[in-house]
Order: sequence, then C-alpha cells, then structure tokens
Amino acid sequence: MTARFRSPKPEGMDGSDLQASSHLLELAEPLPLDGGQALPGVRISYETYGTLNAERSNAILICHALTGDQHVASPHPKTGKPGWWVRMVGPGKPIDTDRFHVICANVLGSCMGTTGPASPASDGQPWAMRFPVITIRDMVRGHVALLDALGIERLHAVVGGSMGGMQALSLAANWPERAGAVLVIASTARHSAQNIAFHEVGRQAIMADPKWKNGDYYGARDKGGGKGPENGLAVARMAAHITYLSEEGMHEKFGRRLQNREAKTFGFDADFQVESYLRHQGLSFTDRFDANSYLYITRAMDYFDLAEEHGGKLAQAFAGSTARFCLVSFDTDWLYPTAESRAIAHALNAAGAQVSFVELSAPFGHDSFLLDVPALDRVIAGFLGS
Amino acid sequence: MSGLRPDLAVIAEHVAPGSRVLDVGCGDGALMAALRDQRHVDARGMELDAHNVAECVARGLSVIQGDADTDLAYYPDAVFDYAILSQTLQTTRRPDKVLGELLRVGRRAFVSFPNFGHWRVRLSLLWNGRMPVTRSLPVSWYATENIHHLTVADFRALVEELGVKVEGAWFLASDGQVGAAGANWRAEHAVFLLSR
Repeated sequence: MTARFRSPKPEGMDGSDLQASSHLLELAEPLPLDGGQALPGVRISYETYGTLNAERSNAILICHALTGDQHVASPHPKTGKPGWWVRMVGPGKPIDTDRFHVICANVLGSCMGTTGPASPASDGQPWAMRFPVITIRDMVRGHVALLDALGIERLHAVVGGSMGGMQALSLAANWPERAGAVLVIASTARHSAQNIAFHEVGRQAIMADPKWKNGDYYGARDKGGGKGPENGLAVARMAAHITYLSEEGMHEKFGRRLQNREAKTFGFDADFQVESYLRHQGLSFTDRFDANSYLYITRAMDYFDLAEEHGGKLAQAFAGSTARFCLVSFDTDWLYPTAESRAIAHALNAAGAQVSFVELSAPFGHDSFLLDVPALDRVIAGFLGS
Repeated sequence: MSGLRPDLAVIAEHVAPGSRVLDVGCGDGALMAALRDQRHVDARGMELDAHNVAECVARGLSVIQGDADTDLAYYPDAVFDYAILSQTLQTTRRPDKVLGELLRVGRRAFVSFPNFGHWRVRLSLLWNGRMPVTRSLPVSWYATENIHHLTVADFRALVEELGVKVEGAWFLASDGQVGAAGANWRAEHAVFLLSR
C-alpha cells in the first residue's frame, strides 16, 4: 500500500525530556474492511518516540484502549493531562525509548485525528452514521498499513491493554510475521455477553439522547450549539467507568461518604461522593470524545471473537506463530477476568507457541494496567528486553 | 551448573542439549535459565505462585501461571523431550495422576522429591512421636505445602504400579550422592528419570 505523509513535526514536550513527534499518514488506497466495503481517504494519526535503528528492528507498536489515543506519553491536546501510559513509556522506563522506537496510532473509528465517523466523507460532510461498521481486525489493518508505510516489516513487539490487547492478538493471529513478541494485558480473545451488555447500555444512552439526532449532530456543534448527545455520552461513560474499577477499590475510595455535605438532602442531587465522581467522569469525557466514535468502537469490540475468525478454535488462530507471547491479568479485573487470559495461554500452548501468563495482584480492577503496579513494570521490562 | 540446588544440578547435567523441556513448578526459573543459557534448551515453565512467575518473565523465560494438578491437561501429547517436576510431587493433590500427565506431555520425566524415609526423619518420628521438622523438611506439619509425603521405596512402588520405566536414579545426601542400595534411609533427596 502506498501512502503519503503530511506535516511530520517533532514537538518538544513541556515538563518531560521525552521527545514525541506527531504525524499524519494518508493512505493512497482505500482500506478494505471486514464488512465488505473499502474505506477511501483514510488518515492515520500517530506519534513516535525514540529512534528507529538502521535495521528497522527495534520498533514497538503500542495499541490503545477504547477511549485512548496516540498520546501515549505526551500531553493530551484537549485536556493537557499527561499521556495515558507515561509511567510505562520513556527513557529508562519499562518500555524504554532509549532502546526502542515506540509507535502509537489512533485507531480507525476514533476521533483524535484518525478517520472516524466525525471525519468528512467525500462529500465534505461528516460520515456520521454513514461510516461503515468496523472491527478490531480493521483497526489492525490500519496499523499494518502504517507499518508498511514506515518500512517496518517486523515489530520487536506489539503491546496493548484492554482493547489494545485485542489488537495485539488480532495482529499476531492475522499478520503473524509482523511481530516478534506480543504482550497482551487485561484483555480477552472475545467479548462476553456481559461485556456486550454493558456496551449496549452505553450505546442506548447515547442514542436515547434527543441531541444524538441519528448521529447527525455535527452541524449543531459547528454553530456552537453544544457537542451533540453530551448527556447520553456522559451516562455511557459513567456505566463503563464502573466496570473499570473493582468493588473493593470503589469502596475504599468512596465508601458511603457524602459529597461536601453533612447529611443526606432527601433529593436526587449527588449526595454521595461516588455519584459526584461518576458525574464528573461522565461530563469531562464529553469534552474529549465523540459520541459516534464511542458507538463504532464499542461495536467493534463486541464483534471481536478471535476463535470465530479461525474456524471456532482459538489455538488455530495462532497456528504457525513464531512470536513470543505474554499475557497478564489482574485479580480484581471483573471486566476481562483472569479466566479469559488463561484461555488464551492454553490455546497458545496447544499451538506450541512460546507463552507466558501471569495473574498479578492489584486493587484497581481493570484499570490496573494503567496504574501503579510495580510487578507489571518488571514483567513488561523483562518480556520486552529479552 | 554451579549455583543450582543439588537436585536441579543433577537434572541439568542429564538434560540433552537443544531439547524441549517443560519445568512444572519451576519456581523462580533458576533451572530453566541454566538450561537455556548453558545447554541451549527450549525451556517452558509452569508455576503456581504469581510472584515467581513475574520473576521468570522478567528473566525472559516463558512461564505460565498454573497448577500441576489441573493445567497439564492443556498441553498436547509428547510435545516435550523432558517434563521436569522438582520438589513438587509431594505438594500435588494426586501425585499418581500428575506422573501420568508428565509422561503424556513429555517423552521422559525428571522427578525429584524429599525422601520421608531418611533416617533423620525416621528417628525424629520414633523418638519424639511428632511429625519431623528436619533440614530437608523444615516446615511444621500444619504449615507445610507437602501434603503427600513419600519415601524412595514408595516412589519405586508407584512407578512399578504405573508401568513406568526408571531410566536413571540419583540419591542425594548432605555430603554428596549415595548408592541406590541404602537410598531409602540414607538419601535426603531423590531424583528419578522416567519414561513410558
């Protein structure tokens, strides 16, 4: 696939000696999709850190989660917050940018620069719900097109947590020659009924918001008329956020404590700290994320079933794979519980692949992969360094 | 193979270079690392303790967190030249079934265990009438992970019952190896090489 690069501009980052450079790739050819269509004019927005060596053999692709983005270790352009994995990626850190060339691309369907439902279609209007339904494998097809454009035949490793782990697995199964090591954290090889159910709650909250307007809310946004279905998107985020935390962690953080008041108000204001916290999480999310992107990406996750793609047997997905694999789960993660990672490890074993699997103890639920878990740092550094 | 626990050193010396090995109950991966670095062995591990697994992965080893009693079932037949079970047999719920599984996934199996028939153990039980706490069995009965104590003679009887061939046996005491004849009372640890 030929491609055209636009405006590669290195940026010095405040408060960090880490040099991130932001790029935009325009695919010259339409991107074929699992749904049967081919998507024209795809743009992929990505960041890189560290230097690609002369052999082009030290690249690590980091795949982000549902609402993540390419700003893995650089400040978010809208919120100004540090990169989502800044604790893991940088000089001397477990994913060491002194040794590795780190690439992180915004996924297809998202809203941070890569083509998604908010991007203009060929008629100049936003795709909105005319955007084709995409899959995890379609996102990875975009990543592979990027690797082709960068001239990287084989990654040192592909790394991802949560939905990023699904992409890593999909790359390993469908493009086995493209990665020498595959690190999958807090993820799954298929979305369970419970996973789909929670996503459906979120999607229905968005679609029930009158401002959603069947996805055609972008005009209103241009005229300063709000950001579309903010209330629905906030509720979707609130429901999802609960699934990212552990029951114990929530109890410890909030308990039954009241929010800035001495007594219950006998009303429906946010009396409890946990209510106030979730409302804040929901609202601030609408400042940085597009509701239609949320619909499309959650759909892609729900459609993910790696075994189904490979004749119903997960082991078959990895037949002939020469990569090293490492799977990590967390004991308090009830969104993608340990059993999911163990099933992948068993399938890889059956396929004769080199695989490690460990369940780490951490109090933060699914979000543990983003937070301070020193054992995870050791596992990642050891697995990638060897 | 200096620096390894004595039973592991015996195993490491007798694993053919370049072979495929599964170390069940691999601990912190010391044996696997030695086999990989010194004998170019393709070593895989299984370990129950998460902290140990993390250490193994940090050493660049391929180790799966799993339970010898249940998780060997997920390995295909005869994919390994050797399956190794060191100091773990006596901690399993069904040692007989674990031995069967070892020799299903591996063409040969190394098994090492502390010998409950050692004279110190016998003497301690005889004189004190209490479950022995010795150098090779340092943990009290209520806290030990060893739920199926066995002697060298018990092990020989079991492998005969299972119809398993003994290809080699090594018996370790504090001052070196001892012969097979008096092993049931003289050996603190035993290492067996088995095949179907």
